[in-house]
Amino acid sequence: MNKKSLEPFLPIVGVIGLLAVWQVASSAKWVDPVLLPSPYEAGKAFWIGMHGELGFDFVKTIYRTAMSTVIAGIIGIPLGIVLGSSEKLYRSLEFVIDFFRSTPASAMFPLFLVMFGVGDETKISVAAFGAILVILFNVAYGVMNARKTRLLAAKVMGASRMRVLFDVMLFESLPQTFVGLRNGVSLALVIIVVAEMFIGSQDGLGHSVFEAQQLFEMPRMYAAIFAAGALGYGLNLLFLLIERRFVHWSGK
Amino acid sequence: MNSAQPAVRLPSTDAAAPKRPHVTIRGLSKTFGKTVIYDNFDLDIPRGELISVFGPNGCGKSTLINMIAGLIPVDAGKILFDGMTLSEIKFGYVFQNYREALFPWMRAFDNIAYPLKMMKVPPAERKARTERLVAHLGIKLDLNMYPYQMSGGQQQLVSIMRALVVEPEILFLDEPFSALDYEMTLFMREQLQKLFIESGTTMVLVSHDLEEAVYLADHVLLLSRHPARVADFTEVTAARPRTDATLSDIDFVRTKAHCLEVFQREVRRA
Ligand SMILES: Nc1ncnc2c1ncn2[C@@H]1O[C@H](COP(=O)(O)OP(=O)(O)OP(=O)(O)O)[C@@H](O)[C@H]1O
Ligand SMILES: [Mg+2]
Repeated sequence: MNKKSLEPFLPIVGVIGLLAVWQVASSAKWVDPVLLPSPYEAGKAFWIGMHGELGFDFVKTIYRTAMSTVIAGIIGIPLGIVLGSSEKLYRSLEFVIDFFRSTPASAMFPLFLVMFGVGDETKISVAAFGAILVILFNVAYGVMNARKTRLLAAKVMGASRMRVLFDVMLFESLPQTFVGLRNGVSLALVIIVVAEMFIGSQDGLGHSVFEAQQLFEMPRMYAAIFAAGALGYGLNLLFLLIERRFVHWSGK
Repeated sequence: MNSAQPAVRLPSTDAAAPKRPHVTIRGLSKTFGKTVIYDNFDLDIPRGELISVFGPNGCGKSTLINMIAGLIPVDAGKILFDGMTLSEIKFGYVFQNYREALFPWMRAFDNIAYPLKMMKVPPAERKARTERLVAHLGIKLDLNMYPYQMSGGQQQLVSIMRALVVEPEILFLDEPFSALDYEMTLFMREQLQKLFIESGTTMVLVSHDLEEAVYLADHVLLLSRHPARVADFTEVTAARPRTDATLSDIDFVRTKAHCLEVFQREVRRA
């Protein structure tokens, strides 16, 4: 077999390595087996869980993360375009945006709890709040950094201000918008999972991890952690694929 | 080349008619901060000619065509096109940096057709006019490609076609070939000469290559250091189409030497 044909399998090496170390650690009892079940046990819990309760929690978390990201996009993208297209407006709001962007969204839970109660609205709106700022910042940045020559070219061809905004600035900001969306969805997932753990939740991956820990069902806890990881990775990958499809010129 | 295609003449002047100035510039002034670039500058650009603008670095060549093309405002002065203002005429502008001037999210064809969209030409006619231009120029290029899939020269060719599609009365080019390699530059010079001969459009070309400036021009506008004055407006009489043989033609060599002399005199005048 030649060396080239093995290359696509390289990423699997790390996975197998990790599983091997885990297996050795658990069978050699380096770690208390109650705290670290074998990969097989965790895998079994994952497989069974995903066909039952864990699967339900998984879908719930997807729903909440997706809702908050969609809301954040609907609010953040147009706002970002407006802010980015006016230097003065952006400069006057820069500090406020930066301040709230630096504020941990989890610090907002109590405030949102008072406003929306313990239901889904609170979780989704806190996550959306965090994601909006990330998306807005990136979109505005993308619009502001639109190539001057391209804007001039459009102007020379007789494009009105509105035309320049929609035909040029919007497209120019798309690569940065996707950076914002990817960061936004990651942040939303973090906030949703934390909210599911601590804000009177009955379902979701955060709730699943927390409950398994409380009941000391370790294989189930690892299964839920793994599900959360897979979700985060999957969402990031999804946005990368969409970006590659729609922003084909990015980086070229 | 498609020789069967009847030539679609872009607007051109009657050869018999005496040449009236196309662009008249009077009392043009421009300062950047404390630097006076133009102070009460006058110039006539003849109709249907290709004018090369040549001068020392930073003397205001780009500033001049940018003011004529309305990219930057003038401080004072009048620029008229056959008595009309810029907003009343059709013109094209070709940027040096084609990579940043084309729209990478559009296919080459849509890039070329974009100015027609700005003129509110209906889609079917846009397509027809763009196709007609491409056929007329006899350019063999896959216009379904995106700009980033093309070579530098091909991209600049697309930029030039985009500027020509509106059938402009005047075309401005700011160092259009200086980002290309030598082979591509030579090829593009020929392309531009061909376009000029076929369209008869007034063209104003900024060039930092004296040979290129003289080779392509009907008149070379030699500018002094800023505040820029017209150091010389040298006529180039060589017949078109000009070829490699033109470069060693005695009159051509003499004209080029004259331009170089004027240029060096201006550079030395510190
Ligand atoms: N936006 C600006 N602000 C301040 N100074 C400027 C600006 N644009 C141009 N200048 C200055 O005005 C002078 C003329 O600039 P211009 O770009 O027209 O020169 P140029 O003849 O095209 O030079 P080059 O040969 O480098 O292309 C230069 O000294 C330049 O530094
Ligand atoms: Mg210049």
